[in-house]
Amino acid sequence: MTPPDLLWLSLTDLSWVVPLPVLVPLSAAGLALALWRHSKAQQIISVVALTVVLLASLTLLIAADQGPVVLDVGNWAAPVGIDLVADRLSTLMLTVSAAVTLCVLIYSLAQGLADGNRGTPVAIFHPTYLVLSAGVANAFLSGDLFNLYVGFEMLLAASYVLLTLGGTGERIRAGTIYVVVSLVSSMVFLLAIGLIYAATGTVNLAQLAIRLPEIDPGVQLVLQLLLLLAFGIKAAIFPLSAWLPDSYPTAPAPVTAVFAGLLTKVGVYAIIRTQTLLFPDGRADTLLMVAALLTMVVGILGAVAQNDIKRLVSFTLVSHIGYMIFGIALSSEQGLGASIFYVAHHITVQTALFLVVGLVERRGGSTSLDQLGGLAKLAPVLAVLFFVPAMNLAGIPPLSGFLGKAGLLQAGVADGGPLALTLVGAGVVTSLLTLYAIVKAWNKAFWQVAPVEPAPMRLPRAMVGSAASLVLLGVSITVVAGPMYDYTQRAAATLRDPDQYIVSVLPDRARGAGVSSEVAEDTPDSELPDEPVEEEDE
Amino acid sequence: MIDTSPSLALVLVIVVLVTVGVYLLLERSLTRVLLGFVAMSNGINLLFLVAGGAAGGAPITGQTDPEDMSDPLPQFMILTAIVLTLGISAFLLAMAYRSWQLNRHDEVQDDLEDRRVARRAAADLAAFEDSDTEVTTTLDEDAAEVHDEMGGDRS
Repeated sequence: MTPPDLLWLSLTDLSWVVPLPVLVPLSAAGLALALWRHSKAQQIISVVALTVVLLASLTLLIAADQGPVVLDVGNWAAPVGIDLVADRLSTLMLTVSAAVTLCVLIYSLAQGLADGNRGTPVAIFHPTYLVLSAGVANAFLSGDLFNLYVGFEMLLAASYVLLTLGGTGERIRAGTIYVVVSLVSSMVFLLAIGLIYAATGTVNLAQLAIRLPEIDPGVQLVLQLLLLLAFGIKAAIFPLSAWLPDSYPTAPAPVTAVFAGLLTKVGVYAIIRTQTLLFPDGRADTLLMVAALLTMVVGILGAVAQNDIKRLVSFTLVSHIGYMIFGIALSSEQGLGASIFYVAHHITVQTALFLVVGLVERRGGSTSLDQLGGLAKLAPVLAVLFFVPAMNLAGIPPLSGFLGKAGLLQAGVADGGPLALTLVGAGVVTSLLTLYAIVKAWNKAFWQVAPVEPAPMRLPRAMVGSAASLVLLGVSITVVAGPMYDYTQRAAATLRDPDQYIVSVLPDRARGAGVSSEVAEDTPDSELPDEPVEEEDE
Repeated sequence: MIDTSPSLALVLVIVVLVTVGVYLLLERSLTRVLLGFVAMSNGINLLFLVAGGAAGGAPITGQTDPEDMSDPLPQFMILTAIVLTLGISAFLLAMAYRSWQLNRHDEVQDDLEDRRVARRAAADLAAFEDSDTEVTTTLDEDAAEVHDEMGGDRS
C-alpha cells in the first residue's frame, strides 16, 4: 500500500481513532509518573494528552453520526477479541467528559500555582488524573462487559487515590466509606459478569444481545437486576446513594468537581447501555421509575436540609440523577433521548458548580452557609459564575436545564401511565425545590451581611478563567440545544434498535471484522494500533 | 465438548467464601473489611472457574484436540480480577494504616455532619437557624473520638 493510499484509508476508516481516548492518557500517565520530579513537564504532558483526547472525541462524535465506528482490538475478530465501539451515545459522553476533564485540569493547575503546591502531593496527582480519564473513556467505548468492568476499576482505583490525596483525617474517613461502598458495587458487578458468562458463554455485548433473549426469563431477570444493583451504586440511585453526599465534599475542589460530573454519569451510561442493548423488553421499568421518584425527592429534600454549600450541591447531584433514570425507565425513544441530553447538560453544569463552589470556599474562607456572606459585593464575577449554572441546574428557561427537563416531562406525559404522570409531578416539584435550595445558598453566601468579613484577596485569574469556561460550555449547550437534541434523539433511536449495534460489531451476527489466525493470509485493512487495553493499577 | 455441569465441591467453597466475605464486610474495622473483600473476591473468582466448565487440556492448538480444551476466557478474567484485587488490597491496607496513625484505630467512622443535621431536626429547629455553631470541636476532632454508633455523640 502506498503512502497516499494509507492516508486516504486513515481518513475514511476512522477506527484507528477509537482507542486514542484510552491509550493516550494511559501512556501519558506512565510518562508523567516517570517524570515525577519535573512538575512542569508533568503539567505539559497532562494538558497535551487531554487535548488530544478531546480532539479524538470530537472526530469520533462527527464520524459516529454516520454509524458506529468499531475497532477489534489487536485485530482479533469480535466475539473472541475485545472490541471498542464508538456509537452516538458513547461519543457524545466521551466528548463532553473530555471537555470537562480538560477544564478541571487547567483549574487544578491554576490552583496548584496559586498555592505554591503546598500540601498536595502533585507528583501523584497528574498520573492518577490521567488514569481516571482513561478509565472513563474505556468505560464509554467498551463493547465488552468485562472490559467495561476494567474501565470501572481503572477509574475507581484512580478515584480512591484522588479522594484521599494528602491523607488528612477527614479525607481518610470519607475515603473509607467511599472505597468500601465502591468495592461492594464492583463485587456485585463481577458476580454478575461471572453469572452472565455461565449462562451465555460470552461477555461481548453484541453477542450477549443475541444470546440473552434465548435463555430462561427468570435467569435473565436475575442478571438484569444484578447489573442494575452494581450500576445503581455507582450512579447513586436513591436507596444506594447515601455514600455520595458524605464522601464527595471532603476532596479538593477540582477532584470533587470531576467526580460529580463524571463518575456517577458513567454509572448512568452503563445503565443506559445494558438496559437498551441487553434487556430491551424493559421488565425493570417500574422498579426504575420508583427508584427515580425516590432519588429525585429524597435527594432534593436532603439538599434543602443542608447547611454546607458543598454538601448541598452534592445532594442536588443525587437528586438530579433521578431525572436521568426517569428518562431511561420510560423506555421510549423520546424519553431516552431527553435523558441522554440531560446527562450531557448535567455533566457540564454540575462540574462548573463544584468548581465555582471551590472558588467560593477560597474567597469566603468556609463552606458553611452561616459563615459565608456578602460575596455578591466582594466578588461580583464569582456571583455571576455561581448564578448561571445554579439557575441552569434549577431549570430556569431558556437554559439547557429547562430544555432537558421539558423534554423529559413531555416524554413522561406522552407515556401517560399513572406512575409516569406521578413522576412528571415529582419532576416539577424537585425542580422547584432545587430552586429553593439554590436560592437559599445564594441568599446566605452572596447577599447576607458577612458574619466574618473575609480577608481581601484576589482569586487567581486562571482558576476563575477555567471555571468561567466551563460555565460558558454549559451555556453553549443551550445555544446548540436544537442540533444537540436532534443528535441525542438519533442516539436514542439507535439504542432502541439493538440490531444496529449487533450488526456493526458482528456483521454476519457471528464474527467481527478483525482478522484472526485462521484467515491471517488476508492483508489487514489498515495499520491498526495493536496494543490491547491493559488495565493499570495504582 | 467439555462438561459444563458445576462441581459441587467448588460451589460449596464459593458459598463459604462469599458468606465469610459478606460477614466480614459488615464489620466496622477496616482490616476485617479488607479480609472480607479478599475472601469474597476469591469466591467470585472461583465462580468464574465454575462458569468455564470442567477442566480440560491446555488450550493450545496442535497440542490439544479443540474438543478437550478448557475454556481459557474465564481464566484470563480471573487473572485480571486477581491483579485488581491485589492493587485494591494494598490501597486498603495503606488506608487502614493511615487511619491507625491518625486515630489509633481503623474503624469506619460515622458521618458527623449528618448526625448534626439529625440532631438539629430532633431539636425541631428551622433548618436555617444553625444551633450547632456552639460546637467547639472541629469535625476531625469529633470524628477521632467516635468509635461506634453512639460512642462519641455528645447530644
